[in-house]
Amino acid sequence: MEPILQIKHLTHTYGIGTPFQRSAVEDVSFDVREGEFLGIIGHTGSGKSTLIQHLNGLLRPTSGQVLLAGKDIWAEPKKIRDVRFRVGLVFQYPEYQLFEETVYKDIAFGPTNMGRTGAELDRCVREAARLVGIRDDQLDKSPFELSGGQKRRVALAGVLAMEPDVLILDEPTAGLDPAGRENLMANIRDYHRNKQKTILLVSHSMDEIARNADRILVLKGSHILMSGAPGEVFARGAELLAAGLDVPQITRIAMALKARGLPIDPAVYTVEALERQLLALRKGGAAC
Amino acid sequence: MAEIIRTENLQYAYPAEEGEAPFYALRGVDTAIEKGSFVVVLGHNGSGKSTFAKTLNAVLLPAGGKVYVEGMDTLDENLLLAVRRTVGMVFQNPDNQIVANVVEEDVAFAPENLGVPPEEIRRRVDDALAAVGMSEFVTHAPHLLSGGQKQRIAIAGVIAMEPECIVLDEATAMLDPVGRAEVLSTVHRLNREKGITVILITHHMNEAEDADRVLVMDDGKVVMDGPPQAVFTRVEELRSMGLTVPDTVDLMDRLRHHGVDVPLDTLHVEECADAIAAAFQRN
Repeated sequence: MEPILQIKHLTHTYGIGTPFQRSAVEDVSFDVREGEFLGIIGHTGSGKSTLIQHLNGLLRPTSGQVLLAGKDIWAEPKKIRDVRFRVGLVFQYPEYQLFEETVYKDIAFGPTNMGRTGAELDRCVREAARLVGIRDDQLDKSPFELSGGQKRRVALAGVLAMEPDVLILDEPTAGLDPAGRENLMANIRDYHRNKQKTILLVSHSMDEIARNADRILVLKGSHILMSGAPGEVFARGAELLAAGLDVPQITRIAMALKARGLPIDPAVYTVEALERQLLALRKGGAAC
Repeated sequence: MAEIIRTENLQYAYPAEEGEAPFYALRGVDTAIEKGSFVVVLGHNGSGKSTFAKTLNAVLLPAGGKVYVEGMDTLDENLLLAVRRTVGMVFQNPDNQIVANVVEEDVAFAPENLGVPPEEIRRRVDDALAAVGMSEFVTHAPHLLSGGQKQRIAIAGVIAMEPECIVLDEATAMLDPVGRAEVLSTVHRLNREKGITVILITHHMNEAEDADRVLVMDDGKVVMDGPPQAVFTRVEELRSMGLTVPDTVDLMDRLRHHGVDVPLDTLHVEECADAIAAAFQRN
């Protein structure tokens, strides 16, 4: 099947012709398969924000192409709005972008702009609210009466209500406490499982990416440093550390155990998996 | 050891809308912070930890009970300036704390307001920027710096007042891992080298690994208090409060349930790996 997104030799250069000229993304190519949960990681300045803003046409490539379902999104610049309905982008701290009088109206803003009305609009809004755990009785409240975590859910629902084919989340859990982080990620996982929609998750947290993504793209200095399944990426833990990136704490324990001579596969990133390896090792040891 | 801050039955209520009961964010906090210590305050959102932080330099005043800073009652208006000179605050969002267009002017803002003589300001600004490792940025524009760098400028601005104590209210929450590490190593160094008391409010458990003491807040009260090794081994209690434990502790907890003889209080990766290796080599 054709990939839903194809990024081909994408370069974006800021400040062309000025002394501040700098390429934030340089000759980056990758595909995103339909229904995939792709994690994107890289530290501040690695080009992640610039990259994702190309995927729904907020930025136009200096060179290279972005194809959505096989079609260059800039083939007809006047239709770029349609691309934004199909690729939903949730920015960092989206709760600062709420503006309507009620939660319902705020969530309805996107689908209304798409031309949805009446029962169809109502269905989109209520379904999106339910997906992020906003109760019916909260829909008539002012979004500004809600807690920070709830506001963020409303902002997320506003994008989900457009029913985009691709959902891009930029640091969705930043600033939340551990329970808030886990609840929000559980909502996003449910959405992914039930709707089979494509998700791109940008995060600083290797642990969060490791636990959720099918595949990880690691960016460094405007380029793709590596990509692959979580196990493949974390197997190169030493390289990640050398690049100044974080690896999950569990992977670091596994690396340290291997360094101490234990036959542990360091490409492990969940507590459960390392626990299994260690317990198997004990059984094996006892049998000898 | 001398104490710098003492709270006695400290309460705080956020004003309610008409007809509703006020919300008590602090419901009787009794604690004392020792001079020169590094204390981390943990708790989920709404546990009262940020409200607690804001009472420590009289940003918020107690609705009941007392806060004493070096023996000064924060309710005494005449002592307000002295309290705030003793306890400096760093907040969550670096962009809301920078006031000037040049780094050195930003750091000089507080001492200028305190009426410090110009040559003394020069010394303090240079010292403060050196202390946070930002000397080379003295004439830079703050808005072009990274989040971690901006937060270090904000810390320098507080240090320039030469406070005895710095309170960081979720000052690392908006930073990436690199920025967070920069800020943490900066405050640890200030604590170690200048003896500044540090009170760090956070919900990142691993930031508490190297603290002298951890306070865990829940429902407006301090529910756990002790060194990190003692607090993090109370795995079930922490989970029931919606907090996580470091993966190191989680792993050890699971292994112990399977009868593997390992300690629970190895918070750091290397300690944890040493303990597991030792247990497996014994077998």
